[in-house]
Amino acid sequence: MDSKEPQRQLMRLRGRSYVAFVFSPIMPIVNWLDEIDATLARSPGFFIGRPIVLDLSAVDLSPHGIAHLVSNLESRGIRVLGLEGVEATGLDAGLPPVLNGGRGCVVEQVEPKRVEIQPPPPPPTSSLLLQNPVRSGQRIVFTEGDVTVLGSVGSGAEIVAGGSIHVYGTLRGRAMAGINGNSAARIYCQKIEAELLAIDGYYQTAEDIGETLRRRPAQAWLDGDVMRITPLN
Amino acid sequence: MAKVLVVTSGKGGVGKTTSTAALGAALAHQGERVVVVDFDVGLRNLDLIMGAERRVVFDLINVAQGVAKLSQALIRDKRLESLWLLPASQTRDKDALTDEGVRDIIADLRTRFDWVICDSPAGIERGATLAMRYADEAIVVTNPEVSSVRDADRIIGMLDSKTVKAEAGEQMKKHVLITRYDTGRAARGEMLNIDDILDILAIPLLGIIPESQDVLRASNLGSPVTLNDAASTPARAYTDAARRLNGETIAMMVPTEQRRRFMDRLLGRRAA
Repeated sequence: MDSKEPQRQLMRLRGRSYVAFVFSPIMPIVNWLDEIDATLARSPGFFIGRPIVLDLSAVDLSPHGIAHLVSNLESRGIRVLGLEGVEATGLDAGLPPVLNGGRGCVVEQVEPKRVEIQPPPPPPTSSLLLQNPVRSGQRIVFTEGDVTVLGSVGSGAEIVAGGSIHVYGTLRGRAMAGINGNSAARIYCQKIEAELLAIDGYYQTAEDIGETLRRRPAQAWLDGDVMRITPLN
Repeated sequence: MAKVLVVTSGKGGVGKTTSTAALGAALAHQGERVVVVDFDVGLRNLDLIMGAERRVVFDLINVAQGVAKLSQALIRDKRLESLWLLPASQTRDKDALTDEGVRDIIADLRTRFDWVICDSPAGIERGATLAMRYADEAIVVTNPEVSSVRDADRIIGMLDSKTVKAEAGEQMKKHVLITRYDTGRAARGEMLNIDDILDILAIPLLGIIPESQDVLRASNLGSPVTLNDAASTPARAYTDAARRLNGETIAMMVPTEQRRRFMDRLLGRRAA
């Protein structure tokens, strides 16, 4: 016989409170039900899954009338969790239990939240495209990445980029690439007449740029701590 | 539909005032109702070039401050019925101009004229920015030399950012007018040539005005060069530019003084 003493389960009672909606029907019940229908028409499923308590203190219904009302609500998909404001005696056992001791509280916004369609935030750009010429006196600072200029960069204009600088016109102004310590940044241009080129703090002025390179497509890059300017073709 | 033009350059002494007067007179000669407005408060010159300095009673500042009515300040040209001048004040400075004052005057002038040509002061400060602020189109005057071209480039940048039109996200129409152009010196490489200038500025060419004694002579006589000697090379270049402004397509001539001298030699001794 290996029958063991069955282990005693400790039945632990825990209290927990929920927020329930309280329906307080008023006479005539038919009109009140119409109101419910109107609410359901506006937002079907509004009451689905929500605890509902029926407060009958404002109406005087027979046990039969109560049972009729509860079944009416059930037919609309509203399940009643409990009753309030009536005597428990004489009620049908099939009806929800009578509750008491309820306290009023503020119900949080329960309207189903409209899903707001927001355009997804633009992805963080890592390059800046300038379609117009950059004029003398203009200063373009873009520390996030590369700068591409489709036109020319005028004498006295300045481009400052965290990444590389691409100029598809003539570069006559100042170009400073890799200002955040990016020594791999480069400066490219279709025609080099730059006043100053800088990459990661290393710079060359117009005087240092060889005469043979002038007005030709060129790139500037860092070779260790020496800036090289080489033709592009 | 009135058109407001600003004649600007950044650099001083390149020929803004001369060009304003010459283009204004040429447009008026074509039958347009034109007003030339001097924005060079404190250093006015347009009245001299127009030969109206003795008739100035009220000026731009008086109108802006409500001291005088616009009709009192406008001076009609003695030679051309449809050409008017709104002079600047010589005794005040550019701080006397306000944004609202300029806006109201330009709006009023729009209702009275076909062309409102604003002669901008040199520089990039208040006077220059207010002169361009309410313009529809800009004429950027430049000489064929690097400093002038660089300043013109700077002004183009401001036209694209500081004007009402630019702030509304519209593209302002800009033309470059090359003045004091000397073909011989450009050919010898002593000046920038036309292609270099257009390459740097990247805006369409309105005209090329040759370096000429006729311009100086007309200025000293107080007459726009297009009125003083309509047959002279600079006058013809300005007249062509004015017609281009008016939408006509005219082949661009690179003017030469040589031909003029040759014609002079042929036709110089005209019997009286």
